Amino acid sequence: MPLIFAGGLIFGFGLGFSHMARPEVVLNFLQFTDFGLLFVMFGAAIVTGVAFAVMPRVCDRAPLTGDTYGRRLKPFDRNVLIGGAIFGVGWGLSGICPGAAYASLGVGNVTILWALAGMFVGAYLQGVVRSREVPSSRSTAADD
Amino acid sequence: MATEPIVLSTVAQLFPNGISRYAVGGLLVGLGVAVIYLGTAITAGASTFLESTLSYVSDQSRFRRYRSSRDWRIVFTLGIVAGAAVYAVTIQSGLLSSSLYTPGTTGREWELGGVTLWLTDVQPWRLFLGGVLVGIGTRIGKGCTSGHGVCGVGSASRTSIVGVMTFLAVAIGTAQIVMALGVSP
Repeated sequence: MPLIFAGGLIFGFGLGFSHMARPEVVLNFLQFTDFGLLFVMFGAAIVTGVAFAVMPRVCDRAPLTGDTYGRRLKPFDRNVLIGGAIFGVGWGLSGICPGAAYASLGVGNVTILWALAGMFVGAYLQGVVRSREVPSSRSTAADD
Repeated sequence: MATEPIVLSTVAQLFPNGISRYAVGGLLVGLGVAVIYLGTAITAGASTFLESTLSYVSDQSRFRRYRSSRDWRIVFTLGIVAGAAVYAVTIQSGLLSSSLYTPGTTGREWELGGVTLWLTDVQPWRLFLGGVLVGIGTRIGKGCTSGHGVCGVGSASRTSIVGVMTFLAVAIGTAQIVMALGVSP
């Protein structure tokens, strides 16, 4: 747990430093006036890419959990496109995504509570609807 | 050569705030994920927190499946808030400065106990309605900008790369339409 907190600390500091915790800066990217966001997303993906590629070769199991190192692979289906499109509309309208919203609170942006409240409402609504669907297969993997 | 100033001015147009604050911030975001991965083998995404936290108060089967991870996800989220607060106390408040950091002109700043805090000018209805759609979409779409964008792309996952291209394209289209309609900020 202290390690997860430390990781979150670095993650949140990075979002603050890169101004991703500011919806205006994300909107500036989406409206093509500042392309800096590309460096944040791909810069981060390069670091995780190296970690995900190297660690499984260095040792078999994580020291704290004993779990085997793997990559983040999810099965592809229609939901990836449908959900991605809904998320895209929300992201384009508000300029905020979940991690950046948590960080935004940390930089003092209390107005972001509107977005956080909205995210919980949205997550709750889809959860209620999808809980009612009869689970046809029990093989659904956990989502991040 | 005459082409050099043209290249430089194009770069300046594309990146009016430079690239270093973005690149450094991005490396730190990746480092945060990597630190957690090194110790635990967990590929941490941010949006599952929304559902896992709802499992404390709701018994819906959709949320129950996240019970086993809900505690560490709260710790991760509190870490993100705290890390951004450390940035606010140090760099945003001017206590520390770096040649790699370009201050911004967006939003409004306010002071609380000597700490410079920041407020968005984006209207609450946009944040709330956008938030609802983000909450629905990230959970149906199996990930957000950190789960798909950072961890998934870092895993060279085809699902995540398609997911990122989908939400990026739709978000650009949406933001352009919103701007064209004259909604600002």
